[in-house]
Amino acid sequence: MAIKFEQTSDGQYELDVRGYSCPHPQLYTKKALQKMSDGDELILIFDNPSSGESIQAMLDNEGNELLERKEGDGLFTWKIRKGS
Amino acid sequence: MSIKNQESTTAVTLDVDTGNKFAAWFAQKQNRYVLTIIGLVAICSAWALSNDTRWIYLLVYAWFGLIYGMFLQYGRFCMASAVRDLFAVGVSRMAVGVMIALCLYSLVAAVVNVSGFGTFHPQPLGLHIIIGGLIFGFGIIFTGGCASGSLYKTGEGNMGSALVILSISFSQAFFVNLGNWSDRLAPASWAASALEKDMPVELSADHGWFDLFTAGYVWDLHAATLADMLNVTQPIVRSFLANSFLVTILPASVILVLLYKFYFRKGYLRKHKIEQPEMRNHLQGIWAMIISSKNTAIAGIGLGVFAGLHVWATGALREHYDIFNFGELLEDMGYTSGLSIQGTVFDPGYWYITTQEAQWGAWVMEHMGMDMRSNIFFGLDNGIPNPLINAPGFMSIGIILGAAILALLRREFKWKLPSMETAVFALVGGALMGIGARIAMGCNIGAFFATVANGDPSGWLFLLGMVGGGYVGVKVFNLWLTWRTSQLDDGSFL
Repeated sequence: MAIKFEQTSDGQYELDVRGYSCPHPQLYTKKALQKMSDGDELILIFDNPSSGESIQAMLDNEGNELLERKEGDGLFTWKIRKGS
Repeated sequence: MSIKNQESTTAVTLDVDTGNKFAAWFAQKQNRYVLTIIGLVAICSAWALSNDTRWIYLLVYAWFGLIYGMFLQYGRFCMASAVRDLFAVGVSRMAVGVMIALCLYSLVAAVVNVSGFGTFHPQPLGLHIIIGGLIFGFGIIFTGGCASGSLYKTGEGNMGSALVILSISFSQAFFVNLGNWSDRLAPASWAASALEKDMPVELSADHGWFDLFTAGYVWDLHAATLADMLNVTQPIVRSFLANSFLVTILPASVILVLLYKFYFRKGYLRKHKIEQPEMRNHLQGIWAMIISSKNTAIAGIGLGVFAGLHVWATGALREHYDIFNFGELLEDMGYTSGLSIQGTVFDPGYWYITTQEAQWGAWVMEHMGMDMRSNIFFGLDNGIPNPLINAPGFMSIGIILGAAILALLRREFKWKLPSMETAVFALVGGALMGIGARIAMGCNIGAFFATVANGDPSGWLFLLGMVGGGYVGVKVFNLWLTWRTSQLDDGSFL
């Protein structure tokens, strides 16, 4: 299991933190968003349910937008747009 | 068709619909697992009660554990994240949830205490609480969960959290049973004071760091609720004003205001485009902060209320059986091998985690041939009962099963094996949690949550230590993360 963060196309990023529990997913998400520009989008994949609550609150606090959330069988795939 | 026939046809159609819906529900394996867990709990409970109705005392722990587990999973309720997320990602969600739960627990506990069913005993007040809190708070940053949080995450299928529980269990058992070599680490005054206690010789209470710490230091400290300190005797004033309002609700309210000011205010005002905020805006903002995570708030309310009801249920059973400790019931039922020399076992009477896990560890170590009873912790106070008759142990198991039920229903259950990194963090962090919990005489539940809610101000000292340890832990963890990301092959985080 290794953290994977990559730019998939222009303004599009993907962060895969499957297999990691708190606080890894929220901290890696924070670091990934810091590397992105305003308006860029991030596909975040994680499987630690409790991280979701913290990430949601972090996005709200920092003005980022959660565009889409797919969840099932313990896997979470969220699409996030970095706010200004 | 007559009206009677129409009704009959409708009823049959409804029955068929209900049957089809159940069949579709049952066809999903997660739902079958849920029914299996509930069925096993029901069968085991019925079997235990059919053997002896006094097992109800143990089952109350198990059933409340199930309820705690469900609420913990529902709200992703973990006190480690209350501290960690504040410092790591600036999120106050969990800290707010803990304060809500604390206030509710304190009000229900006040009702229970006024009604005479209280089971709480205050903790000796001393610096050890801060030091234990510091070590515990540092450890929880690396384990990804507090003691209860690790239990509920185990119920979600997270085997890294199960490793944390394992580490907490054995580290405590090992720590309270340190040999004579550790005497030199204790001040001479502790040894002198411990000798004066004139303890039974089989406990060797004047040897071993933890025994010297307990008999020579902790026992010399004063333990009292605020009402005791103020000599308030009128039951309602004592429970509601002194113990609940002054010790819990007032400080928790101040903390909520501080959380709003430092962690929520800026984002709230920006989101609502408020440039010149008035008091009205701030009050609305505090309310928005409280309800910002509905799951966490509901879990906080549920945990607070049920934690209080748990005290009442156990208190009522003690009254009914005319006992002070479950050890008396076990002795009456013929189970004496796990009792302490006083005939007691660990039986807090309320939500408490860690000591029962230490007993699990000690039980295994004893069966491996180690002497685990010549110490105060197990030999005099808590005993080492078989895990099958360890009442608070079933509360921990209940938390795991309750969380598993809800995680399965929410399709969030997933078996997860830890990576080497997570496993090392779990074992080392879990050991620090175990040692910290023993020094502070409890974890974030026993030494903080239950303590403060019952009017014992010493719990705030634990939180102070835990926050300090958590702050340092986050700094160290960030250093690790920075190094870790610099090692990624693609350098994507650089």
